Amino acid sequence: MAKATFRIWRGKADSGEFRDYNCEISEGMVVLDAVHKIQAEQASDLAVRWNCKAGKCGSCSAEINGSPRLLCMTRLDQLPLDKPITIEPMQAFPVVKDLVTDVSWNFEVKKRIKQFAPRPADAEDGTWRILQRDVDRVQEFRKCIECFLCQDVCHVLREHHLHDQFIGPRFLVYAAALEMHPLDTENRVGELRETDGIGYCNITKCCTNVCPEHITITDNAIIPLKERVVDEFYDPLRKIFRVFQK
Amino acid sequence: MDGLENPVVIEYEPIQHDVLVIGAGGAGLRAAIEARAHGASVGLVCKSLLGKAHTVMAEGGIAASLANVDDRDDWMVHFADTMRGGQYLNNSRMAELHAREAPARVRELEAWGALFDRAVDGRILQRNFGGHAYPRLAHVGDRTGLEMIRTLQDYAVHQGIDDHMECAVIELLTDGDRVVGAFAFDRDRGTFKVFHAKAVVLATGGVGKAFRITSNSWEYTGDGHALAYRAGAALIDMEFVQFHPTGMVWPPSVAGILVTEGVRGEGGVLRNSRGERFMFGDIPPLYRNSTADSEEEGWRYTQGDKDARRPPELLTRDHVARCIVREIKEGRGSPHGGVFLDIAWIKERLPNAAEHIKRKLPSMYHQFKELAGIDITEQPMEVGPTTHYVMGGVRVDADSQMSDVPGLFAAGECAGGLHGANRLGGNSLSDLLVFGKRAGEYAARFARENAGGQISADQVAEVARVALEPFDRGVDAESAENPFAIQHDLQDLMQEQVGIVRNERDLQDALEAIDRLRDRTGRVAVSGNREYNPGWHTALDLRNLLTFSEVIARAALERQESRGAHTRLDFPDKDETYGKLIIAIRRDADGGLTVSREPTAPISDELQQIIDARK
Ligand SMILES: Cc1cc2nc3c(=O)[nH]c(=O)nc-3n(C[C@H](O)[C@H](O)[C@H](O)COP(=O)(O)OP(=O)(O)OC[C@H]3O[C@@H](n4cnc5c(N)ncnc54)[C@H](O)[C@@H]3O)c2cc1C
Repeated sequence: MAKATFRIWRGKADSGEFRDYNCEISEGMVVLDAVHKIQAEQASDLAVRWNCKAGKCGSCSAEINGSPRLLCMTRLDQLPLDKPITIEPMQAFPVVKDLVTDVSWNFEVKKRIKQFAPRPADAEDGTWRILQRDVDRVQEFRKCIECFLCQDVCHVLREHHLHDQFIGPRFLVYAAALEMHPLDTENRVGELRETDGIGYCNITKCCTNVCPEHITITDNAIIPLKERVVDEFYDPLRKIFRVFQK
Repeated sequence: MDGLENPVVIEYEPIQHDVLVIGAGGAGLRAAIEARAHGASVGLVCKSLLGKAHTVMAEGGIAASLANVDDRDDWMVHFADTMRGGQYLNNSRMAELHAREAPARVRELEAWGALFDRAVDGRILQRNFGGHAYPRLAHVGDRTGLEMIRTLQDYAVHQGIDDHMECAVIELLTDGDRVVGAFAFDRDRGTFKVFHAKAVVLATGGVGKAFRITSNSWEYTGDGHALAYRAGAALIDMEFVQFHPTGMVWPPSVAGILVTEGVRGEGGVLRNSRGERFMFGDIPPLYRNSTADSEEEGWRYTQGDKDARRPPELLTRDHVARCIVREIKEGRGSPHGGVFLDIAWIKERLPNAAEHIKRKLPSMYHQFKELAGIDITEQPMEVGPTTHYVMGGVRVDADSQMSDVPGLFAAGECAGGLHGANRLGGNSLSDLLVFGKRAGEYAARFARENAGGQISADQVAEVARVALEPFDRGVDAESAENPFAIQHDLQDLMQEQVGIVRNERDLQDALEAIDRLRDRTGRVAVSGNREYNPGWHTALDLRNLLTFSEVIARAALERQESRGAHTRLDFPDKDETYGKLIIAIRRDADGGLTVSREPTAPISDELQQIIDARK
């Protein structure tokens, strides 16, 4: 059977090291399979977070040969096996141990965003009438599996560590899903500008490129939100200006 | 590794709640929301992060008789379908509540922000599924579970519920006969938590990880079943494990991953290596009148023709799984030991078939493309049965969801009774909402009406001692056992001997083998420390997996007939004496396991008439 070498981060952020593991591989294996095999046979305390192993839950986010990926959806036959495959934890969050990071910040951020507030029901039975074409856009955003790979790759968080000033692409998508929800009546535009830091995003599209759900994060979510911010904050001025001109 | 060298001093964090909900899938989240709405302080514990529970994986949809697509549907038809699918072993009161309340629970999700696919008139769209008379499943493409769990999660985080993520309960704490809390460890740090609660809701899901081929994740180790059993609650219907007929079989590393029934709902057909649609050859009497007699009629049904009857591929899961096993055993299987599931053929009937398939089944398309290198719009898939769901669970009161143990409630997959001998697709997601809500409401009420009991320091110390034993044994000792190896051996055993087809010899052998695995578990040793240590976690899971496996094998031995998901080669037919019996399993006072046959829950005349009118 073929073999490959996996160079895996072991330990904490400040006190860890890469260690090499040789592992037999077979047809169709994904990186998570190799990690599990190493765990079962060589390193039972190797920490990795995972759940569904089918790309649906977004638990097993890590960096493979330097790029943010889901371990369960990355096939070994897509990687060069003649040199070691490096597997390390996401860089934008503190390491708990080995491949596991502390992503609790994300859960706190979500709580800050104003919750869904629907308009009164359309029909007497308490239900709404909504057309499919009006939900298509929001359904795209709701495909998000909260793997936080977009947060990981975003330079505002990854390199500049502005976690206290910028909510990151995941939560801009979340805010967009609420703002564009056909039933929602709340307004989140003020916060987007003031506290959520939408201005920090300079649309490099790194987030869109890593999204395993292929959500067009920048074009469909962030840019329209930026436009709303512009409209709401600068339009009134423009109106006043026009009044003066008359 | 503080606390380890000196196991006499047990350090733990004490936490107090009125209601403790164990599990944050659909059932647990819904229970927590409801308990909070009734004024209880609520703690919510889960082994993973919020939003990652199994519910997230559900694909096809949630069953509710909204009657948006076919106005002939109502709760009575849904009720009758559920009972027929369960071969009438279901608790009829639960099936009634489920069918009556599911529509309101689905609408409530919409009010909390869920966006289901729409019918042309703007109402929620519904799709066909096996065993349901009319298009009944509200859905979002093939990612309905994600929509449901995210909606509940996003709503719950604003309700003032205390969540404890990545925290695993390893024992319920009892005072006399009632439950007073739970002992847990934090997976990150390995530290202990002792929850003191007036009422506890189990919502821990299922147990697929007892088998080798499964659609379930590591979380499914039957914790709730085992915790309840050890606390004295009865488990019922445990012989009924659902093997979903279509899981991936190739490549080996993805074997077991689910291929949604939606593929067959959209016109996908099953064929053997000779190219035959073998499902036409074996149609059970209960369904003969409602099944198509030609390929042509079956196709029309999948395209929404109300006068056509369903193709035999959409018979109940137990039956389809058995037919597939037969084809494989008799040498008519596919190259990798499955059968062929073909959706690509619809290009003979539909223009733009490839686009249509990608739009209706996006995640199936990607799953096969990315994991198996197969384009399902061009080639057939290879599929075979995969362990999917456990019908059996904690016996509960239909209205309140309280178990035999005062203060202990159960909802969702870990509760038993609703599905009888076989669950219909789509009836789980609705189950979670209907009974999650009820469990939360009644748990809050119980907490209000009863004072909290006492937690026993001795019980806490004993649980902690046992939990830490694997560290003390030393991995280098001659007798040391690897927890992963035991888990693999158990999975092979259950797959081969307590799987889809069973017989007395195999079951007896399995029970002996389980005893031997239990001995080996007593020698499990792990290395490293308590921080996020999968070896240790697996060691702790073994106890529950073994309890669960023994319970299944004992229940399967007791039911000497074949019915629903339970097939005995030595008793291949249905036996009417068992048609009114359920198997209950309890732990007796001295720790042994008792098996008893009990009559099915009584059914009211009104409900009986509903069934009879639709037989
Ligand atoms: C691939 C797949 C597709 C499916 N598709 C459908 C479908 O289309 N329609 C349908 O109706 N059903 C479907 N099902 C079935 C359905 O999804 C499940 O039965 C249902 O989601 C179970 O929900 P639950 O709330 O009971 O448990 P889960 O969602 O599994 O949640 C269990 C929770 O309990 C926690 N837990 C477990 N043990 C412990 C412990 N010891 N301590 C602390 N926490 C613990 C877990 O961490 C988790 O949070 C599908 C299942 C699978 C696997």
